[in-house]
Amino acid sequence: MGGFFHRHRGATPYLLLAPGILWLAIFFLIPLGFLGYQSLQSGFFPDFQFTWEFSNFSNGIRDYREQLVRSFVYAGIATIACLVLAYPLVYWIAFRAGPWRNLFLLFIVAPFFVTYLVRTLAWLNILADQGPVVGLLRDLHVLDSDGRLLATTFAVISGITYNFFPFMALPLYVSLEQIDPRLLEAAKDLYASPTKAFLRVTLPLSAPGIVAGTLLTFIPATGDFINAALLGTPNQAMIGNVIQAKFLESLDYPGAASLSFVLMGLILVALLVYAKIVGSERLTG
Amino acid sequence: MSSVASSPARARRGPGARAWASVKHHALTVYALLAVGYLMLPIAVVILFSFNKPAGRFNYVWEEFTFDNWLNWNAVLGIQDAIVTSLEVGLFATLVATVLGTLIALAIVRHRFVGRGATNVLVFLPMSTPEIVLGASLLTLFLNTTAIFQLGFVTIFIAHVMFIVSFIVVTVKARLIGFDRHLEEAAMDLGANEWTTFRKVTLPLLAPAMVAAALLGFALSIDDFVITYFNAGPTQTFPVFVWGIARVSVPPQVNVVASAIFLVAIALALGNVLWEYRAAKRERRGVA
Repeated sequence: MGGFFHRHRGATPYLLLAPGILWLAIFFLIPLGFLGYQSLQSGFFPDFQFTWEFSNFSNGIRDYREQLVRSFVYAGIATIACLVLAYPLVYWIAFRAGPWRNLFLLFIVAPFFVTYLVRTLAWLNILADQGPVVGLLRDLHVLDSDGRLLATTFAVISGITYNFFPFMALPLYVSLEQIDPRLLEAAKDLYASPTKAFLRVTLPLSAPGIVAGTLLTFIPATGDFINAALLGTPNQAMIGNVIQAKFLESLDYPGAASLSFVLMGLILVALLVYAKIVGSERLTG
Repeated sequence: MSSVASSPARARRGPGARAWASVKHHALTVYALLAVGYLMLPIAVVILFSFNKPAGRFNYVWEEFTFDNWLNWNAVLGIQDAIVTSLEVGLFATLVATVLGTLIALAIVRHRFVGRGATNVLVFLPMSTPEIVLGASLLTLFLNTTAIFQLGFVTIFIAHVMFIVSFIVVTVKARLIGFDRHLEEAAMDLGANEWTTFRKVTLPLLAPAMVAAALLGFALSIDDFVITYFNAGPTQTFPVFVWGIARVSVPPQVNVVASAIFLVAIALALGNVLWEYRAAKRERRGVA
């Protein structure tokens, strides 16, 4: 056995890679090819023909522009909300929590331990019309006497924000935790106010965490359909809801496949724009 | 040492500014606790409503405390089969993905070879593709190869291995990079061949990272809905079962199962936090 490894040294990495890479090639790369093949077909279930039907793409964009735009707007707002909500919490954990750090990190990942669908359904309880939150807001006249939180844009974006919060918080924590406290002391010694020290030292050093967290939150959020399905109405439908319904309910495979590619293409465009803004070297780390 | 006397900058700020700084300091702590409350709220609701006795079909409003749901957790048709399927898929998929992922990590960290960059990209891509695209593309593969694949347990298993592998690679890789290679070199110097060295030295040292990666993989598998839903056919995992029943009415038994999964996971994680805390304490005492 040892002799085998020695004589074929050059082959060793390929032998190690082969099973896993084959799995990814067959069940990740090749399926993307099938998705492309399907996206250019025409006809009705179950008789689809491959006809280079590029109009699937233009029709998809024309018919579902509203849902496409909505997906990116909702994902964008939720990503910003995650950043604004997570930053102070994670800052506190990194610099003030002392020995309780790990416990508070556990609080951040705890939502992951409750099944995604079930924790989204829990927001149905919290935001229910007969629930305490709506009752309080009605008493305070923030909501009309028949105002609701469920089945609103607010509910869907809140759901996305809650569900993707840990994806933002964890990379932020990693970048904040690595900051050498002596740098902040140095800033203080040089008469920087706490605000200035934060803006000039802490914030720039946490930029990699902000970039990573933004990507990890935004990309999956654009394709989400669970929050819109459970907490919203068809008026809040995102592109994920359309793709899901076409694939599994109306059996319009070419339409669904072409919209999947449109979604990926738009994400790529968003990434390029983002790279332009933050600098491409930050994006690739 | 009086900070007012020693620091001109602070002297200029005066007592009002210092009071404001103290408010700000505590405001951050108060905010942190509120944020944790926000994160915990839905979890508390899930657990609370597992003890509810709903008046009608819907378990949205608190009515009455009861243990019945926990005692009759499998009283809802299909829930037990769904959980068994989830556990089976999670177990098999995690085992296979851990082996495949560890091998990839070993190759990437330990070897320089043609195609290393491409391998890194291929591992990274599934993690940065929206789940709905992963699920949809795999479904088109299975739909176009019905002679080989029928949607069901096997296709769920295949899908789970596919999306877990990348996370295993990343986790194991992180550990391998900080790895002390002297132990392996010592083993070789003492006459062990590569295979023996791998079995007796590398594998035991790598075991903690593999266990951590496997736990992450299992958690991802048991929680996955989107990819599973596309490729499940008639088979139901627990999340697929919840999706189906959510359109009708969600029985409190769903909360019972979710609470049970949460409590097991949190117990494991808390145990790990405590263990690390004590290990760090022991180390500090050892140094002192």
